[in-house]
Amino acid sequence: MKAIGFVIVLLTGGFLIYAAADFPGWGDPNSPASLHVSPYYLENTVEQTHVPNAVTSVVADYRGYDTMFETTVIFTAGVVCFFLLRTLLRKEPEDRLYRHVLTGVTIRVKEGKLPPSEEFERIDTTWTPHDLIIKTICRLLVPFVQIFALYVICFGHYSPGGGFQGGVILGASIIVYAISTDLRSELQRIREKTDALLSAFGVFLYAGTGALCLLLGFNFLDYHALAPILFVNRVMARSHGIFIVEVGVGIAVMGTMIWIYSVLASRGHYDEGL
Amino acid sequence: MEDIVQTVVAKYNYWIYITLMMMGLYAMIAKNNLIKKIVGMNIFQTAIILFYVSIGVKKGATIPIIKALHGHHEAINPAEYMNPLPHVLMLTAIVVGVATLGVALAFAIRVYNRYNTLEEDEILSQIRTKTEEI
Repeated sequence: MKAIGFVIVLLTGGFLIYAAADFPGWGDPNSPASLHVSPYYLENTVEQTHVPNAVTSVVADYRGYDTMFETTVIFTAGVVCFFLLRTLLRKEPEDRLYRHVLTGVTIRVKEGKLPPSEEFERIDTTWTPHDLIIKTICRLLVPFVQIFALYVICFGHYSPGGGFQGGVILGASIIVYAISTDLRSELQRIREKTDALLSAFGVFLYAGTGALCLLLGFNFLDYHALAPILFVNRVMARSHGIFIVEVGVGIAVMGTMIWIYSVLASRGHYDEGL
Repeated sequence: MEDIVQTVVAKYNYWIYITLMMMGLYAMIAKNNLIKKIVGMNIFQTAIILFYVSIGVKKGATIPIIKALHGHHEAINPAEYMNPLPHVLMLTAIVVGVATLGVALAFAIRVYNRYNTLEEDEILSQIRTKTEEI
């Protein structure tokens, strides 16, 4: 198998190297990829959409269909992870372990459970690492990461950024919290249901904006149509439409990242996780 | 001789992406461990992303954010800005790549739950003994 694989890889590499001779050189301004539609986007993005960042205007407006279905793909990936791994019926162990947070003493409770409190946290194995420094640093870090994520989403029009990047950063901040503490305390902040609904809502916001344009008598995802609703002219309506869609993408990506992480990290059991 | 050296140097982005792609493909075909296969798939994906982004580069150009926004009605010269299109395509591809990585890992966990191993040959031998019993 290894020899066959090596031969296949060498053949593919050989073909690619052979083909690379015909490719345009590094940094060639007249390469075929930069000739047809891309100058149109660059020349008209400010005039038509009032968004100087050509990447944002292309992602959410000129190629809105593509991005909508990419968002749907991400949402579907979250749903697939859920259906593959989530075990809904799981027998609770008879005795539960709790740790006193301040002293680190572990106690075993047979039958019943302790009421949720700040002092005791539930753990699954008798030896669970307890890192006060990491926990505290991450808890301090999370709000700043989240504010940065919101900045990245909101300033996607004028600087590098947008829904995908901001959504991933937002999801990463929650995942950092989940890694530094445990999955249960993350689930107290964002429940599984909320999370799934968020990622579905993001896709809905995107598709709903498109459908709204359709209802107002224009093409699907043609944000011109939103002008009378948003009380702005048609160019600004496109700019605002892009923003709404980017927010939808951000929410969907954030929800899905957290969802996939929590399902994978706990193997679908939603216990304490990693 | 100098010609060849010049073409090789001028297209160094392609050599990097081809090398990465070959590494990823080899890992996907020849490695025995499923996680290593998934890592190979990701290396392959990185190669594609690198390829796309590198063909969007223009010499002496800046990022595709138009500088003159208000008032100035000078013609915008597309040669001053990089090609936004590959960036757009790869922007979505990266996030979708993370999502598909999640799905691949979920499958790997399912396989592990059932066969208690992630080595391909052990899984295959277990399946074979099962079919022989039937």
